[in-house]
This record gives sequence, C-alpha cells and structure tokens, in this order.
Amino acid sequence: MADSILTTENVRLYYGDKEALHGFDLDFPEKGITALIGPSGSGKSTYIRAINRMHDLTEGVTVTGNFMFKGNNIYAPTTDTVELRKQIGMVFQQPNPFPFSIYDNVAFGLRIAGKTKKVELDEIVEKSLKQAAIWDEVKDVLHKSALSLSGGQQQRVSIARTLAVSPDILLLDEPTSALDPVSSHKIEETLMNIRNDYTIIIVTHNMSQASRISDRTAFFMDGNLIEVSPTTQLFTDPKEKQTQDYITGRFG
Amino acid sequence: MLENEALNTDNAPLRNIYRFGEDAEIALSTHGLRVFYGDNEALSEGDLEFERYKITSLIGASGSGKSTFLRSLNRMNDNIATVKGQIMYRGIDINSKEVDVYEMRRHIGMVFQRPNPFAKSIRDNITFALKQRGMRDKAKLEEIVETSLKQAALWDQVKDDLGKSALALSGGQQQRLVIARAIAMKPDILLLDEPASALDPISTSQIEDTLLELKEKYTIVIVTHNMQQAARISDYTAFFHLGKAIEYDETRKIFTRPKVKLTNDYISGNFG
Amino acid sequence: MRRLFDEELSDLDASFTEMGMLVSETIGKAVVAFVNHDRDTALEIIKSDEQINQREVAIEKKTFEMIALYQPVTIDLREIVTVLKAVSELERMGDHARDVAEATIRVKGTKRSAEIEETIAKMGEQTRQMVKDILGVYVNDDAQAASIIAANNVSVGELSHQVRLDVIANIEKDSELATSGTDYLIVAGHLKRIADYVTNIAEWIVYKRTGKIVDLNPGNSSSFV
Repeated sequence: MADSILTTENVRLYYGDKEALHGFDLDFPEKGITALIGPSGSGKSTYIRAINRMHDLTEGVTVTGNFMFKGNNIYAPTTDTVELRKQIGMVFQQPNPFPFSIYDNVAFGLRIAGKTKKVELDEIVEKSLKQAAIWDEVKDVLHKSALSLSGGQQQRVSIARTLAVSPDILLLDEPTSALDPVSSHKIEETLMNIRNDYTIIIVTHNMSQASRISDRTAFFMDGNLIEVSPTTQLFTDPKEKQTQDYITGRFG
Repeated sequence: MLENEALNTDNAPLRNIYRFGEDAEIALSTHGLRVFYGDNEALSEGDLEFERYKITSLIGASGSGKSTFLRSLNRMNDNIATVKGQIMYRGIDINSKEVDVYEMRRHIGMVFQRPNPFAKSIRDNITFALKQRGMRDKAKLEEIVETSLKQAALWDQVKDDLGKSALALSGGQQQRLVIARAIAMKPDILLLDEPASALDPISTSQIEDTLLELKEKYTIVIVTHNMQQAARISDYTAFFHLGKAIEYDETRKIFTRPKVKLTNDYISGNFG
Repeated sequence: MRRLFDEELSDLDASFTEMGMLVSETIGKAVVAFVNHDRDTALEIIKSDEQINQREVAIEKKTFEMIALYQPVTIDLREIVTVLKAVSELERMGDHARDVAEATIRVKGTKRSAEIEETIAKMGEQTRQMVKDILGVYVNDDAQAASIIAANNVSVGELSHQVRLDVIANIEKDSELATSGTDYLIVAGHLKRIADYVTNIAEWIVYKRTGKIVDLNPGNSSSFV
C-alpha cells in the first residue's frame, strides 16, 4: 500500500526455538481502526507487542522480519525504543494508571519529554482527556488519584495518557475485556472519536466490537494471519472458510 | 399480526417481573431481599423466583446489583454486607442465622469469574472437599472424579493426566475443572459469576456447552456481562439497574420485545 | 461443537418447507378447481388461506428471535434472511391461489373455452411443480438448480402469452366469451405472478449460497399477463 504508515513483512517470532508467528505480511494505512481477532494463542497479542518492541524486555524471544514505521526500520539497532513507544503507544487489558493524580498521569509522558510549562501541560492534558471522552467526568477532580476512578474511567485515562504524547499509532490489547458493557461502550465511542486522527490497532475477543468499530479486520489463527479484509466484508462474506467458522462460532 | 406488546416508552411500567405459574417447580426464591454495605443500600426488593432445571441470566451494568444479588444467594456476602429478607430453598429460609452455611453451600455452589483451582492435581481438586467430609472409599471417589469431569465436559481431555497439576491446564479447562469441583458436591443449584469473562470465544463456547448439558440436572443462575451469552444460553433473563431487578422474563421476550425502556436501551447498547 | 443456533435453524427450515408444501398443494388444488368448475374446493381454499398467513407470521417471529438472540453473521445471517424473504414470497403465492379460487366462483355459469382451460391447467401444473422444485432446491441448498428453476419461468410466461392470444381471438369470434375470457386472463396473470415469486426465491437461494444478490429474471417484464 502506497500510503501505509506501518508495514510488516515476513513476521516471525520465536520463544526460544519454538516459532509462534509463522511469517506473514500485514500493512496498515494511515488513520482508521484495524481489529485483530482470533482465539487465544493465535498470535494476535504477540504480534502487536512486536510492533512497539515490547518483547525486547522478555528473555528468549526473537523477532524477525521487516517492521517499517514511516520508512524507518523499527528493529534497527539505532532505534530509540522509548521514542518508538511514544510514537506507537500501547493500552493494555487491565487499566494501569500510575498511583498519581489524574492530571499527573496524563502529564507524565510530557514531563519525561521535558515539557514543564504549566500552560502548555494544562492545554495538552485537557485536550487528551477530551479526546478520550472523559474530560466532562473528571475536569473538576483532576487532582484526585486516578485509582479512585472506576475501571472504565481508568481505562480512558490510560488512553488519554497515551494520546498526550501525540503518537501516530495506538495499539490496544483487549482494552475492554475487563469492563462492563457500559464502560466498553464509552471506550468504543472514544476510539470512534479519534479514528480520523490516529492509526488504531486493537486486539479484541469481542467479535461484535470488532464489527462495530473497525474499518478492517484481521483474523489470526495458530500464529498465522488467515485473512485481512474490510470489516463489512469479513463479517458478511469472508474469503476464508476458517474465518467464517470462527466468526460464526463453529469452533468444533 | 404479532402480539401487540410494543414497547411503550411514555408509560413504560417501572418494573416487569415474571411470575411463574402454579405448576412451575421453583428451586429458589427471594423475598424482600435487601443488601447494605454499611448504610449504603446496594440492592433492594429483589423478589425473584428461579425455576428448576433452567438457566437464568442476571444482566446489567457494573454496580447494578446483579453480582451482589447472586452472592447473597449462597451467603457469600455474610461478612461484607448486611443481607435482609428471605431466601427460600426447599421451604427453608437459608438467610436465617440457624442455617449451617457450609452445608447450604453443598446444595448451592458458586463458580467465580477467574478460574481458581487449588494448586493440586486435577484429581485432588475434585476429591479434596469430599475427603474433608470424610469420604474414604477410593472407588467411590474415583467414580465421582470421572462423573464430575464428564459432566463438565473435561473428562476426555484430562483422563490420562489426572495426577497433573490443575494449574497446567488452560484458562477454559481450569474453569471447567472448577465447575466439575462444584458439581462433585452434588449441588442442586449452581451459581456462576461471570464464569467466561476471562476466557476467549472458544473456551467461552465450551463453557456454554457445558452449562447447557448441566441444566438437565441442575438449576443454574449466571451473572454475565456478555449479553449475547445470556441470549444464547438462558431460558430466563433478569435485568438489574441501580440495585433493583427491573425486568425479568423469558429470554426470548427480553431480547425481542422487552417491556421496560431501560431494558431495551441496555440490551440494544443504547447507553445514553 | 453444539450450536443451539443450528438446532433452531433446522426447526426453522422444517417449518419453512412445510409451509411451502402447503402453498404448493393449494396452488395445485386451486387450478384444478378452476378448470373443473369446482366451487366447493374453491371455497375451502379461500378459507384455508388464513392458515398460510399464520404460518408466515410464526416463521417471521422465529427469525426475529433468532436474529436477536444469536446475532448471526455471514452464512448464518444469509440463511435467516433467505427464510425471512422467501416466506413472504410463499405467503403472496398463497394469496394468488386464493384469487384463483375466487375467480372459480365468479366464472361459474358463463360460457367457457375448453381449449384455454387446458392451457391454464398446464400452466397451473408447471407453476405448482416449480414451487415444489424450489423447495427441494432450498432443502438441498443447490444454487445451480435454483437458476434452472428460474429459467422455467420463461415457459410459464409463454403459456400465459398463449392464453392472452387465445382469449383475444375467442372474443373476436364470440363476444359471449368476454366474461370468462376476462377471468382466464386474470387467472393466467395470477399463475405468472406465482412463477415470478418462485424466481425471487431462487434468487434468495443463490444469495444464501454465494452472498451475491442476483437477478435471475433479467429483462423479463413481470407484467401481469
């Protein structure tokens, strides 16, 4: 794809000698939401963690293949992983706010990056919380501990924290699986709000979530990418029988 | 024409609670159940009946009181909250002080969200409580291990590894082991608190299959955040909102023509 | 793995097929009654139309429930949509059979043409057979056969055109045949419509199989006669 912001080719990942991702290609156009679905152990979470080099921290994991982000090799020895993870941010399954105030959570990455001017921080904190659709709920309690919020609110603060450092790509690893339907719905709304500003890659077990919010869906199984299609196509007329069996619940 | 039971949004009844007919066999019922955390009333007026050999789902947002309600049914809230009202099981109010809670829980078992097998072998997970209760007959214990694992649809996968640690099983298998452990006690009623929310769709589907098999012999009450799950497997569904059961009806009715607007909005994902 | 959806779907298929058989029989009976001038059977058919309508409602209700409870996608969704669409085609066929029965009651006693009635009988038999065949295709899930059946529609169209020519010729010869002639045109029109509905069902079966919405009756006017 000409306007891909991220291209990955011949992606392989090994735990020791054991190959867990078996060499596939997947590109991401700039902006929009791509959902990654598939059973546990299919490799979808493993894959997105490879995109921002989260596996670097795990002993015995080897990643091979080409990972190009805006024309730069993600796995080049010269890549600054801290900078990389700012540009390709990650939100996890369990909301993980720091035990600081809401404000300090969102400002954290900015301060690390050397931004200290209060006016500037105020502005970005507000903007990020608005993008994460939680500003109205927290604007009067910005100095309350983030841990005092509900799970769904904490997750939106986590998203705001990630957005504050202006990433290009937002990776989300089952961001709503620990949340109830109402909170999940707010997260989905948040993602819909920002889909035109960021490239969003979301791993989800919730197939209706994938069909509701994503532009493209990729189906993984046993460490292989089986199919990537526009979401409307994948959920009405998938190319592969394996995809069809999975999304219709024929697991047997 | 279809029955004229369109949702009346203007004059929607505040609540619509299903009442079983005379001939229905009721396994468990609550009367004026109220739960307080300190002064804070978390659940009020939970007057519900559960039919025998059916699956009843409790749905609703976090904080709606559905888990509080479920946990009250076998007195899991005893030390955390004040539970008022009656819970009638076989003509006995099991919410009264005289009831032996441990004995009662043999009849009304609970399975939690996160699989919590003991760090023991698969076999010992099932026999542990039985041995505690003084069962020593080896053949009998083996028989219970087998029947429980079969009922939980796990036998074929573990029969050659009964001595293996339960913790080596996958999440879905662990959850089915926990269900097997619960049914080894031969309960009447199985309470499940989001038993599949930590699992992927395939394991979830296996748990759902297991529950559909189990309802031949057990009365099942399940709390779930997964509305499709409630729709797929349950006979009856109760929708909770702000500490009250707002609507309780046959699942088919709840999901095609609920009578209360709040229910309609919730199940159609219209969360305001 | 067990899917409750599959169990309900096979129940739904069975009810759909049953209703189809009932409609096919009714069409056959209506045409025979028409050519035999059998008023009693015609009255019976008019009365039994309500049964067909009730079956349609029951099947629709079941499909709504299945969509709400199982939120089907892809092939599952297409199966349900196919039943939902095809069942209203069946119900309309039933209405046309009832209209043929009504014409039977009306036409009694007027001057008639044995030749045209023979063509109508032939048309009726072909139409009834098409309905029966399409049910077989539905059950066997055969997209190829669906197109073949739809092609039979052309033959019914030709017969209907024949009826039209014969009626005009008859009226020109003998104006007393105008009354029955009008009913012949109407009955031929009803049968042609029924055949069109069979084509529509065939299109839905192709959709169920392939996910593609096709037109199996291209360029063919669905004018009444």
